[in-house]
Amino acid sequence: MKTPSDLYTEDLTIQFGGHIAVNKVSCRFKPNELTVVVGPNGAGKTTLFNLMSGQLIATSGKVMLGDTDLTRLAPSQRAKQGIGRAFQLTNLFPKLSVLENVRLAVQAQAKVGMRIFTHAKSLKYLEQQAYEYLSQTRLEKVAHLPVSALSHGDQRKLEVALLMAMQPAVFMFDEPTAGMSIDEAPVILELIDQIKQDSSKIILLVEHKMDVVRALADRIIVLHNGELVADGEPEEVIAMPIVREIYLGNAA
Amino acid sequence: MVWGIVIVIWLGLALSPFLFHDVRSQQVAARICVFIVLVASYDLLIGYTGIVSFAHTIFFGLGAYGAATALRHMGPGWDAIVIGGGIGIVMAVILAIFIGLLSLRVKAIFFTMVTLAVASVAVVLVSQFSDFTGGEDGITYKVPKLFKPATKLLVDDDGHVVRWLGTKLNGKLAAFYSVFCMSLLLYLAMIRIVNSPLGTVLKAVRENETRAEAIGYRVVTYRTLVFCISAVFAAIAGIIYAVWLKYTGPETVLSFSINIDILLMVVIGGMGTMSGAVIGVVLLNLAQYYLRDIMQLGAEATANLPLIPELLNPDRWLLWLGLSFILLVYFFPAGIAGTMLKPRVK
Repeated sequence: MKTPSDLYTEDLTIQFGGHIAVNKVSCRFKPNELTVVVGPNGAGKTTLFNLMSGQLIATSGKVMLGDTDLTRLAPSQRAKQGIGRAFQLTNLFPKLSVLENVRLAVQAQAKVGMRIFTHAKSLKYLEQQAYEYLSQTRLEKVAHLPVSALSHGDQRKLEVALLMAMQPAVFMFDEPTAGMSIDEAPVILELIDQIKQDSSKIILLVEHKMDVVRALADRIIVLHNGELVADGEPEEVIAMPIVREIYLGNAA
Repeated sequence: MVWGIVIVIWLGLALSPFLFHDVRSQQVAARICVFIVLVASYDLLIGYTGIVSFAHTIFFGLGAYGAATALRHMGPGWDAIVIGGGIGIVMAVILAIFIGLLSLRVKAIFFTMVTLAVASVAVVLVSQFSDFTGGEDGITYKVPKLFKPATKLLVDDDGHVVRWLGTKLNGKLAAFYSVFCMSLLLYLAMIRIVNSPLGTVLKAVRENETRAEAIGYRVVTYRTLVFCISAVFAAIAGIIYAVWLKYTGPETVLSFSINIDILLMVVIGGMGTMSGAVIGVVLLNLAQYYLRDIMQLGAEATANLPLIPELLNPDRWLLWLGLSFILLVYFFPAGIAGTMLKPRVK
């Protein structure tokens, strides 16, 4: 296991035509810290995530994990460096079974993807590991159903299971409880809390619900029009006038 | 059920020299064997990556022309097949890497257009470099002695070739069984690949490219790899076909209509199933070779009725072929194997 290192950005910027979606964001994320990213719709939260996990490539600036420069790497290469990303809109393999979804994530870690004459089913240990993640996320019962047959809540849980199966150093959740019913959301929050117990992990979370933010956050950063406008302890940030004005103001 | 059909088909092919004695059915059986490999390799590409390429016959042609030119210039030896075929395979892989990388730069329909252009260029090149390729006439050559019809595998006391169930145990039979065994082995190898960790990654990429990339699979690498694997299998199929036919020309291995045929076979059989390749190839080949005969019989049997014999006139076989395609696509939208294998849960 590598010693945990910081994830940080330097003047990270992306421009789409004339529109600057993320503007010179410099921020450092440390292990054993859960940072919640807040901001109104269109503030650039998901774009910032995409820049860090590789779905988008920055126009300028840097993304670093310890000494490794991630800025121009493909998402798969960043995943190998330890960046784990879950998506806001459920983004799974819909026709494959729940088990197969998780198994694929486990398999990616095992580096056996290039073997062409081994039967995938003969690699039993991959399947066993996949089952462990399914039991942690309470999805064993639906293991053999295709993902498209799952409820929205179960699909969100599977999103988390996939992320856990990647065993990343950095967990990035983009609104993990979006669209979930009140009785399902706590399961996700418990899982995040469980990940938090491991002090070597960096956790990033985009979240709108203030009760969730209060319960989990060690730190809050606020984005507005692509710029980083506040960064600090939860209570401190929530109390800031600018935050109340641009974000909490219209929510309250 | 589907795999049952596939096994029955392979058994039928294995027994075909003893069941049917005419030259034509042996040709059809060998063609089916080779095309199962070719279509399955095409299915690896289309069915498992979703890339539609019209350049697939080039790989087939490279293998065939490689073996053919070597057999022509080096004489009928095994060395010629190995060296010529080997060069063909290497060239196919190089081309596959180029096309594979291109597929990531250009998207879907444009990529298909580019492969169309590449395929046309290949046909033109073959007819222009006629000194080397034989142009439109193609190349004829001799094959190793074992495969000559005059070769006797077993002789009786009088020195005549032995017959089993009315089939002569001669070089032609040896050639057929070589084609059969090679094709079966290659097909099994492809099934293995589809079920390997690589195969599972391909299914993931087909389902959701972004997520496959996000959990750590380099999509570029996997796509190019499949392209190469697919090209190698197609090239080997080409070599086998070249040795079987003792002739290689644009019409047998390179023409655009072959690519349309194999595309139809994949679609009718069922994309991304492997079993579909077998079913599609058999259906289309039997239709192309025997539909006219069946219609002839039908027309004769109904000769006394009005109108029907006219409709069943063998000259109208293409009409019936077309109609049956439409019906097949209507009732089996995911292909025959694809529709039958579809899970009931939904």
